[in-house]
Amino acid sequence: MTDQAVKAAAHEIGRSRLRKEDARLITGQTNWTDNIQVAGLLHLAVLRSPMAHARITRVDVSPALERPGVIAAFTGADLAEGLGSLPCAWPVTEDIVLPDHPPIAVDEVRHAGDPVAVVVARDRYAAADALEAVEVEYDPLPPVLDLEAALADDAPLVHSDKGTNRCYTWPLATGESFESARQRADVTLKRRYHQQRLIPNAMEPRAVMVTPIAASGEYTVYSATQIPHILRIMLATVTGIPEHKLRVIAPDVGGGFGSKLQVYGEEAVALAVARRLGRPVKWTESRSEGYLATHHGRGMIQDIEVAATREGRLLGLKVDLTADMGAYLMLVTPGIPILGAFMYPAIYKMDAYEFNCTGVFTTRTPTDAYRGAGRPEATFAIERIMDELAAELGLDPVELRRRNWIGHEEFPYTSIAGLTYDTGNYEAATEKALALFGYDELRAEQQQRNERGDTVRLGIGVSTYTEMCGLAPSRVLRDLRYAAGGWEAASIRMLPTGKVEVVTGTSPHGQGHETCWSQIAADVLGVPFEDVEVVHGDTRSSPQGMDTYGSRSLSVGGEAVHRAATKVVEKARKVAAHLLEASEQDLEFTDGVFAVKGSPEARKTIQEIAFETFTGHDLPDGVEPSINAETVVDPENFSYPHGTHLCAVEVDTETGRTRIRSYVCVDDVGHVVNPMIVEGQVHGGLAQGIAQALYEEAVYDDEGNLVSGTMADYLVPSAADLPDFVTDRTETPAASNAMGVKGVGEAGTIASTPAVVNAVVDALRPLGVTDVRMPCTPERVWRAVKEASA
Amino acid sequence: MIPPAFEYARPSSVGEAVRTLADAGEEAKVLAGGQSLLPLLRLRLAFPELVVDVGRIPELRGVREDGDTLVIGALTTHHDVLRDPLVRRHAGLLAEATATVADPAVRHRGTLGGSLAHADPAGDLPAVALALDAELVAAGPGGRRVIPAREFFVDYLQSALAPDELLVEVRIPKTDGWGFHYEKFQRVAQAWAIVGVAALVRRADGHIAEARIGLTNMGSTPLRATAAEQALSGADGPQAVARAAEAAAEGTRPSQDLSASPEYREHLARVLTRRAVLAAGGTG
Amino acid sequence: MTHIKVTVDGTPYEDEVAPRLLLAHYLRDVLGLTGTPIGCDTSNCGACTVDLDGATVKSCSVLAVQADGGTVTTVQGLAEDGEWTALQHAFHERHALQCGYCTPGMIMAARDLLRENPHPTSDEVREALEGNLCRCTGYQNIVRAVLAASGQQVPEEATA
Repeated sequence: MTDQAVKAAAHEIGRSRLRKEDARLITGQTNWTDNIQVAGLLHLAVLRSPMAHARITRVDVSPALERPGVIAAFTGADLAEGLGSLPCAWPVTEDIVLPDHPPIAVDEVRHAGDPVAVVVARDRYAAADALEAVEVEYDPLPPVLDLEAALADDAPLVHSDKGTNRCYTWPLATGESFESARQRADVTLKRRYHQQRLIPNAMEPRAVMVTPIAASGEYTVYSATQIPHILRIMLATVTGIPEHKLRVIAPDVGGGFGSKLQVYGEEAVALAVARRLGRPVKWTESRSEGYLATHHGRGMIQDIEVAATREGRLLGLKVDLTADMGAYLMLVTPGIPILGAFMYPAIYKMDAYEFNCTGVFTTRTPTDAYRGAGRPEATFAIERIMDELAAELGLDPVELRRRNWIGHEEFPYTSIAGLTYDTGNYEAATEKALALFGYDELRAEQQQRNERGDTVRLGIGVSTYTEMCGLAPSRVLRDLRYAAGGWEAASIRMLPTGKVEVVTGTSPHGQGHETCWSQIAADVLGVPFEDVEVVHGDTRSSPQGMDTYGSRSLSVGGEAVHRAATKVVEKARKVAAHLLEASEQDLEFTDGVFAVKGSPEARKTIQEIAFETFTGHDLPDGVEPSINAETVVDPENFSYPHGTHLCAVEVDTETGRTRIRSYVCVDDVGHVVNPMIVEGQVHGGLAQGIAQALYEEAVYDDEGNLVSGTMADYLVPSAADLPDFVTDRTETPAASNAMGVKGVGEAGTIASTPAVVNAVVDALRPLGVTDVRMPCTPERVWRAVKEASA
Repeated sequence: MIPPAFEYARPSSVGEAVRTLADAGEEAKVLAGGQSLLPLLRLRLAFPELVVDVGRIPELRGVREDGDTLVIGALTTHHDVLRDPLVRRHAGLLAEATATVADPAVRHRGTLGGSLAHADPAGDLPAVALALDAELVAAGPGGRRVIPAREFFVDYLQSALAPDELLVEVRIPKTDGWGFHYEKFQRVAQAWAIVGVAALVRRADGHIAEARIGLTNMGSTPLRATAAEQALSGADGPQAVARAAEAAAEGTRPSQDLSASPEYREHLARVLTRRAVLAAGGTG
Repeated sequence: MTHIKVTVDGTPYEDEVAPRLLLAHYLRDVLGLTGTPIGCDTSNCGACTVDLDGATVKSCSVLAVQADGGTVTTVQGLAEDGEWTALQHAFHERHALQCGYCTPGMIMAARDLLRENPHPTSDEVREALEGNLCRCTGYQNIVRAVLAASGQQVPEEATA
């Protein structure tokens, strides 16, 4: 390698490298699960309950068997043998109610869309047709839809054998009691906020394909999943197929946002059917089917109360959360609100914090992780009530935050909720955001419009957030009763020709790990970016991993790549010292080259070392012929990105329409590996957070039918509905990992929803409006104005 | 996701199409651009035994003049309508409203005739056809008949076409010299209108001589805001327009759905009518 | 079954197909051209957008029999001799994709726009893409990519 090439390889971290993933994606040479064809492939279709809650009195699949092209059909009872309950890995309390969750309902359906039978046919058209021949009779049971009514003693039960709809109660109290804080307070404010249900809408619908080798009992499962490694363990548990006989592959996966952080019934059923028939089976969800069958996000009632002094100093915070579990507990359903429990105090200092969460079963699609998972909800409630408190005290909302946030000189700081925030600089991010936004000018314009009584009002919303991400220290997970650890694995294979394979346990589905992990490895090893290949998403080639969710991949998985690469260098150093006849201490390693201090002509590249190691001809005594390295990183702490988001909206008070005029965010995600990718993550997060504020809601009618049941009714915003964003960063490195990174996948979503709603309310506050329920639809805004002026 | 099975016919002339429809009776569906029918089939909300694809009948496409009338073939796509120089010159309201229909790919396939025959009160073009006093020409076994737009929209998703009739032309009296505007109010760009107002305004002697207002999604059919139209006649200035627009919801029966309540729709009809008329030149 | 002849990405095909077969399924399941994905069942998402006889269509909302005699271009047929088009380059260089599922449809829709309007404004790009949903990018980089592909100056991002 020439010196120039070596030079070019240096300093990859921090560069906006274009993505390695793009070539296949922009030319259509993709490998989505639904693309995969194998000989003899059968297609599975699922018949789903049209009712929210009913006893199944009869299911007869035999008429379906008469239909052309149909190979088999099964009821829940047919498949019950050898198919256990779907797992919940996060029983948050000792006495949590854990209902049985058969992959196909046997006796009772508990939400519209609950599977009742499957048919298997030679093509997807025949399978769809045959569903119509399956005969099912239902005996309707009362739906359970209202979270508070569901807790009443005489409420109809989702799981009658459990005797209650209360899934769990999870309390947390720290500092002084809230009651004593309240007694000291000059002001207390109590508000109720609603987190509407959201449908994640990853653009690729779910799909799963199973190819069996019946003779040896081996199965390969291809799934549009975020979690091939966890899925393998869980499918082994659910089906009884030994774990080592299962291989799970996540091919190209088209987005997840939490919705593919799941062990789904269809995955277990496809495996069970492939085992039963000894033939490959594929199931692909349609979008409207997914609206019923893929888990939803949010779905909470938040009662939040603050106590503060006249000067605006927070004394205490009390949160009473009622969380909709839906009909069953899925992989981490009960834990989602608990992730939020630690985030309500956010960036603020206070003396008292009380939190209580009640999980409630309803006859709706189960909830589980959706981008942010508990933390957007928490951030929304605290940031909304901070604005209300500012209004109550006659303070500028930014000033109120300034009076309460943790000063940059106070880090590390242990929050009232018990988290130790390692680093942060809220002042810097806020100052930068205010300047980019033109805060003072916009406030002046707002005042003019208010004085003129304009029909179209201007509102300004702020959100200063932090989040806990980089999930997660395994010991903390133990304390939270999560069933697994939070580590991540990486290994590096130095190939004889000097090329490098990075094997990661993370499982990307749009995040760009192939690019970023290449940057990290190239930087540490001093090899060209192009010479690195990232291997992921297949339990055979990347056997150890905890997968991708919770903004964890970089701060845990990327850190593992960094550490593994560092290990490779240390192993190579021993070989280099031997070959250069120098001591290890006398070697410098720069840009991929070991050189003897003081005699730079005595040098070996790391590629040369890789080859020498491969031949094994001249290794020091006791050194095995490999400089490959692997590592598993268990993080010591969460990471805590933070930032300040500012949103200006124009609200037409006559029609209720809200238009975002400008949006500025300054995020601090620590050091960044690839600024271009970070910016993209922020943009996407903003879009989803804004969508919650203004557009999206999974709406059920009184019978428990999902009314927003297709993409024509559930309003995912398009390019024409969203503004340009102004994004910038401050960079306060995390102290909890070597790279100083924090993670960025969820920041935009967490921060943006309250910024937008605060702006809407701010626009209308002079008219007497103090809240608008999400999504802030034109009609809701119009009604809020009308009711306030009445 | 998967359409149910159906038989398929692809007639090459209007006569053949009408004969095919007559033979099939009630169980046939006409396929024009398919942008309304295909989603219905895919969600299995329609189960036709026969789909009659009229997409290859050349005589159904194109725009021509017939004296004071513009004649648009039923199969003319939205894309072609909104770019057609004759439409833009003589029926600007139609061009403007068509540009708001769905998205570019759907406009490439979707047709004017298909949109009208689908008779969806939430569709943009039925209210526009009403406001333009369009006439719809149907071909049937007994020949052709002309149906005024006011009689064409019978009920929700129900037109005056008999099962064996095919919509072949839309005849639009030219509105040269009229001001026009289509005010569409929706939650996201792709969504159906919560309410839409199609306004045509003819001015004379410094005031509104005549106004025609078509309402989208204010009942089970598209509607004319007759009371507002009468009130607008002779109106002069923004205040007068605003007063007249207060009558825009009279006689409407809007529905309750995910996007809006009837009360809100009535409110919007009044606000949007005022805005549409003002934008259409209602203040001179 | 109905006999159809369709040219896809330069290759002529003849097949007997069921009338109800969607063009999207014809491309994917019959021809094995899986570069065009399907993202919804209501023609809202636009992931399946292809070009049919010189204009974009959502291939989930067109029957294969309607494409009889026609010429289809998919994302797989854009590059010539392995050379990407300006739009493909721009999507790569402007980071206009993350998971990439919407990308084929986005590129086809953008191509259609630039054919009709070679120098669109940012707002015109946004409106032209209203029928193509993306859940990852927030659209900003897609808009930039389309503007860049049209030869317009697009500011680089301000981030440090």
